[in-house]
Amino acid sequence: MCGIIGFIDRTKSRMDGSSIKAALSLMNERGSGDGAGYAAYGIYPDYADYYALHVFFDNLGEPKKKVDELLQQLGEIVHQEEIPTTPQPGIKKVHTPWRYFFKPSEDLMSGKAASEKDVVTYIVMEVNANVKGATIFSSGKNMGVFKASGWPEDVANFYRIEDYKGYIWLGHNRYPTNSPGWWGGAHPFNLLNWSVVHNGEITSYGTNQRYVEGYGYKCTALTDTEVVAYLFDLLGRQHDLSYEMVVKALAPPFWDDIDRMPAKEAELNRAVRLTYGSALMNGPFAIVVGTENGIVGFTDRIKLRPLVVGENGNRLYISSEEAAIRVLDPEVKNVYTPRAGEPIIGRFIE
Amino acid sequence: MTLGSVPPKFKVSIDRDQCMDCGRCIENCSYGVYRREGDKILIESRKCTGCLRCVAMCPRDAITLTEKPVDYRSHPLWSREVREDIIKQARSGKIILSGMGNASDLPVVYDHLLLDACQVTNPSIDPLREPMELRTYIGKKPSKLKFRKTESGDVELETKIAPNLKLNTPIMIGHMSFGAISLNSQLSMAKAVTELGTYMGTGEGGLHEALYPYQDHMIVQVASGRFGVNIDYLERGAAIEIKIGQGAKPGIGGHLPGEKVSEEVSKARMIPIGSDAISPAPHHDIYSIEDLVQLIRSLKEATEWKKPVFVKIAAVHNVAPIAAGIARSSADAVVIDGFRGGTGAAPKVFRDNVGIPIEIAIASVDQKLREQGVRNEISIIASGGIRSSADLAKSIALGADAVNIGTAALVALGCRVCGNCYRNLCPWGIATQRPELVSRLDPERGAVQVSNLIQGWTDELSELMGAAGINSIESLRGNRDRLRGYMLDEKMLNILDVLPAGA
Ligand code: SF4
Ligand code: SF4
Repeated sequence: MCGIIGFIDRTKSRMDGSSIKAALSLMNERGSGDGAGYAAYGIYPDYADYYALHVFFDNLGEPKKKVDELLQQLGEIVHQEEIPTTPQPGIKKVHTPWRYFFKPSEDLMSGKAASEKDVVTYIVMEVNANVKGATIFSSGKNMGVFKASGWPEDVANFYRIEDYKGYIWLGHNRYPTNSPGWWGGAHPFNLLNWSVVHNGEITSYGTNQRYVEGYGYKCTALTDTEVVAYLFDLLGRQHDLSYEMVVKALAPPFWDDIDRMPAKEAELNRAVRLTYGSALMNGPFAIVVGTENGIVGFTDRIKLRPLVVGENGNRLYISSEEAAIRVLDPEVKNVYTPRAGEPIIGRFIE
Repeated sequence: MTLGSVPPKFKVSIDRDQCMDCGRCIENCSYGVYRREGDKILIESRKCTGCLRCVAMCPRDAITLTEKPVDYRSHPLWSREVREDIIKQARSGKIILSGMGNASDLPVVYDHLLLDACQVTNPSIDPLREPMELRTYIGKKPSKLKFRKTESGDVELETKIAPNLKLNTPIMIGHMSFGAISLNSQLSMAKAVTELGTYMGTGEGGLHEALYPYQDHMIVQVASGRFGVNIDYLERGAAIEIKIGQGAKPGIGGHLPGEKVSEEVSKARMIPIGSDAISPAPHHDIYSIEDLVQLIRSLKEATEWKKPVFVKIAAVHNVAPIAAGIARSSADAVVIDGFRGGTGAAPKVFRDNVGIPIEIAIASVDQKLREQGVRNEISIIASGGIRSSADLAKSIALGADAVNIGTAALVALGCRVCGNCYRNLCPWGIATQRPELVSRLDPERGAVQVSNLIQGWTDELSELMGAAGINSIESLRGNRDRLRGYMLDEKMLNILDVLPAGA
């Protein structure tokens, strides 16, 4: 089950959160009230150069002290506050959502552009694995994830989603079947600017998890989707593969199809499967990923979960249901269902 | 003879009402259990090894073979076997030899691991209607890929992929040399692997001419004795394996008794007829990882870097760091042979007491290679005691890329695991060089049997994967999430890195 939705405006014209809330709520029969969440890009223009760290604190005592200390040790907190929320009858508040705007210290960086992100990745892994009572659930720049256990409207109202304006929006309505319905387990899953919403189950999770953990990522969310964010970070950022190539690694063509390709193309696809076999994702899934440069949607290789794409001018929509896209944009054109494993990529126009 | 004789292990009897006196039992028993005296067939049970050839060949089902009840006073500590070994050695003063694999009664970890299946929330996949990919590539892989954009905007691969073996099924046949086993056995297996698109090992006995048509599916072995090794041999193989150790006898060399060195064997091995072929325990040019690197590189250099080079080691308690060293030594695959692996001849004390189970070895090697960030760059081949498609699936979930089978392939050829392979009398024509016995094995039929076995396991593996919602072997490899431990202690679960059943 699960309902997912992704939206991008290629010109970076921003949309507030009210329509994504309406679209996601339309898919309520795809959820169970156990989790919903949103990711929005472009929401913190005033702090665009800082990492927005969203944290669930069990309490603002010991866990927060530890996170503060770690952040101060590794960089500078330019601003911090409780994320504004409005109590909802449908939501039992179990954590205090907090946000920091943070810059890693220059001294820690080896001069490589990547190293700033390595520091932030380290902080996320360290806090989530080792600081009891604190979970960093969002760590990108000029973007943020908002999620909790509850129905999509309640979660949206709780975080006052309509107050945020973004040029990429992701939404997820959760029907948890293989893991507990806790706040940290709701989608989107995020690391740096990668955010993932997912409908399905990843039967290769054990393989994918061991693979990313070999590169220092720590899977702590008790759910399979987390690993997708790390796979994108590993392949997309650390290995510098294009989004098309990342999708080719995660949901590659079948060997029979590869055998039928022209020699050069077959060689390339074979190399991807040989090198990234442990990143290959199995099981039924439909996924939308938010990134620095746009959104990427794709399904598993035999398409066991639905995914629909719609376009209208500069806007691209990807969702589990056409009806949800029509709530966002009744005028949507060019609605189609992509082939299994085919990447749908929406990029900003330079 | 103050020691007396030990009581026979088996009791052979003929139901005289059924017997039609055809004499097939006499012809078939190479151990001399039956003989004719006048119009009577006499039986000498003491000579029986339990190979069951006579039972299989009797047209009247007249023969009964039973394990004899204990003729000693039963004792939990001083078992029959312990006492007989002592008596044997008191008599001979020699090392006790044994054939086939570990025969001790230690618990099998495979039997305490359970596989997973999908229910409701994710669909199981039906391999009859959906694609199921068991294709596996064995060899070095890059840790990441680099691409470049051409002027026309196309994406091109920049990384060069090292030569890999393409396996249509993750089951190979391990190294059993010509000498240890018969040419007909090797031919049967070579035909089978060629037809199935997988590989077998030559063992350290060189490559007989009759096998040349199958050489693209054979992995040639370089062991410490260097028997049969020359440039022609290296060039013929699809890959080269350096054998450091063997699961049935870690830390010691190989021994082919002289009686098995027939004219043909002597030619293939490049040794005199009838001479014992003894490989030393160490390779005398390998005393460190650096030396191993040199040998790997010289073999690659000799074959123009066109062939993957594997290194086979026995599963011993320090196997993980050793494999990690091998992974960094420019080897393309590490073959790990567990202590239940078979052998032509090994000191019994080694076979039954040295080494560790393959299940545990794969898990700890996979873990160590991951910790060191090199797991994806080298293939792991597991062997030594793989009995079924379930063992195969579990081995892959524990981290193996593919498995080698040995005893299972011999059983498919007719072997009854009687454990007398070193005597050159194998009544099934498998572990013998006597022409009259070898001719009992028809390579055409043998090939069908071996191929059926591998095909059956392959289909079962597809079904197991489909049940777990997995349609490519890559996603089973190292997938501990699909395994649970049953009645294993916590430490063992940690080493295997699997959760207990119910968790
Ligand atoms: S093979 Fe069977 S029937 Fe023939 S002689 Fe022996 S016991 Fe009798
Ligand atoms: S190969 Fe022959 S001698 Fe060896 S165990 Fe099997 S049946 Fe017995």
